[in-house]
Amino acid sequence: MDVELIRLTKRYGQTVAVDGIDLKVRSGAYCCLLGPSGCGKTTTLRMIGGHETVSSGDVVIGPKAVGDATPAERGTAMMFQSYALFPHLNCRDNVAFSLRMRGVGKAERRAKALAMLDLVQMAHLAERLPAQLSGGQQQRVALARALVTGPKVLLLDEPLSALDPFLRVRMRTELKRIQAELGLTFIHVTHSQEEAMALSDLVVVMNGGRIEQAADPRTVFERPATAFVARFIGGHNVIRLQDATEIAVRADRMRLGPEAGVEAVPAKVVSIEYQGTSVHVGFEADGLGGGAPAALTAVIADGAYAGRPLALGQTVPLGWDAAAAHRLSA
Amino acid sequence: MTDAVLPALAETPAAPAAASLTAKTRRRRALVYVQAAPMAFVFAAFFLVPLLLTLIVSFWEYNEYEIIPSFTVQNYVDVFDGCLNVADPCTTVRTYLSTLKFCALTWAFTLLIGFTVAYFVAFHVRSATMQMALFLVCTIPFWTSNVIRMISWIPLLGRNGLVNDSLLGLGLIDRPIEGLLYSDFAVVLAFVHLNTVFMIVPIFNSMARIDRSLIEAAYDAGASGWQTLWHVVVPLTKPGIAIGSIFVITLVMGDFVTVGVMGGQQIASVGKVIQVQMSALQLPAAAANAVVLLGAVMLMIVAMTRLIDLRKEL
Repeated sequence: MDVELIRLTKRYGQTVAVDGIDLKVRSGAYCCLLGPSGCGKTTTLRMIGGHETVSSGDVVIGPKAVGDATPAERGTAMMFQSYALFPHLNCRDNVAFSLRMRGVGKAERRAKALAMLDLVQMAHLAERLPAQLSGGQQQRVALARALVTGPKVLLLDEPLSALDPFLRVRMRTELKRIQAELGLTFIHVTHSQEEAMALSDLVVVMNGGRIEQAADPRTVFERPATAFVARFIGGHNVIRLQDATEIAVRADRMRLGPEAGVEAVPAKVVSIEYQGTSVHVGFEADGLGGGAPAALTAVIADGAYAGRPLALGQTVPLGWDAAAAHRLSA
Repeated sequence: MTDAVLPALAETPAAPAAASLTAKTRRRRALVYVQAAPMAFVFAAFFLVPLLLTLIVSFWEYNEYEIIPSFTVQNYVDVFDGCLNVADPCTTVRTYLSTLKFCALTWAFTLLIGFTVAYFVAFHVRSATMQMALFLVCTIPFWTSNVIRMISWIPLLGRNGLVNDSLLGLGLIDRPIEGLLYSDFAVVLAFVHLNTVFMIVPIFNSMARIDRSLIEAAYDAGASGWQTLWHVVVPLTKPGIAIGSIFVITLVMGDFVTVGVMGGQQIASVGKVIQVQMSALQLPAAAANAVVLLGAVMLMIVAMTRLIDLRKEL
């Protein structure tokens, strides 16, 4: 179901946590709310899910504004950051909990819970208590529990942050598979740009309670709307020009030495990091937009770097493809 | 230098090294016993020895003048004398039934009140400072002794007490209510007053450890307030309820002061029987009664721990 936020605002006393945001997530989309901690992304998610009252504005799910409806009435389900599995119930009863609350009979709710555990490949551990499961397994159970009532919108609050990096990548694939299989709208809060890029159809970058940019991942990466977005998603140099405007240039589009072009500035090598397929070289450059020396990064393919290695402290001309420069709004 | 030392070390026979290691381990083990000794001594001197003495004395003989060290089961026979007659139960059975009745009533009321108070403090009071303050308020009755707290009820509940006077003054009754003081009601009232805090503390402790996101998860799953209470809060509070129940039950089962003072020395209880026998210097009989009471209370606790695996929950 479509989810739409209209001038959505959350105030805690004098503090504005979410500042009148507008957003439309179409049905069946995978949307990631991305931003640093304290940017209002979790508060937004909790308002969509009915776990936080709205100070002003509206949450519209499907055809109608939900007002102060309960999560069940909204057709949303939430997956909590700490999973919030009931420690006294085994996996099957955890998944069947919401069905039990709705008065579904024992046999039926158990069958449904097992089917859902099967979807997340946890049916063989249905009798285990949460404490007897690993983090990844707990998460699968939490996912099954959220999905069992057939919600229209699934809300995920940093679901992968408690997992180790290897498991995180695997669960990421799993989430995407399940989302595609069920055709649900997923709204996923994360502070990892990598996760957002990998998963979403729609990336919503938030900062200070506002939306900086909402677009598909490729647009966000190719044409970041603001300096904040360019810095936050990484892989970009934000360069202030002489006329005080700012541009973003992808780090892998920087040019060195003879190819540096007419706008090149002398830059001193301050760090060199070997990354396998590429080498990340850190520079300090004077003479960009006046001001203090700017820190810039160039990502150079490993082959090209091997052909022309650099040394720390060396000064080389540094420029960029004019076509790769993307003008940022203030 | 290093080169010279290393081969020398390697040449040292392995056996002495292993021996010194075990000596070290042995010394460390001995230290553990030393560390446990003070507690073990206190436990033995103030719990095991008196218990053992009680058990021994319960098998001694006695008459009007003396206590005779010997071995007889007569004291136990006396306790259960005629108890197989269901139609007219013996004193022991009637006393136990009366005590169990107080126990059940007190348990029910303290649980209800204790759970409610703990729930309010744990879930409805937001600030930790306020929680602490309210918690201290709960312990205020403990600033004075048990007996004083009981006696304070007398001017309130007596025939010409505050309650009767007020009701008379308001014209709600035309003669004083007799059963307020020196009755079962007064005994249960005092028990609840004295013991509710023993329910509040462990239940609050259990509740404070419930992850608040579980309550949100229940709400998300469509549970109503009562459903959340019954299906999430109560099961997770069970260890606290069990510990509180053990406190209350053991205190009420062994009590003789409250029943004496609030019952006007007219109501029997197991503790009262033991106390009367002791003041008559029938120590072996009192000891036998005490052993039977201990057995009864332990049975109740075992039954309760059967329902809830406390060690697992703690």
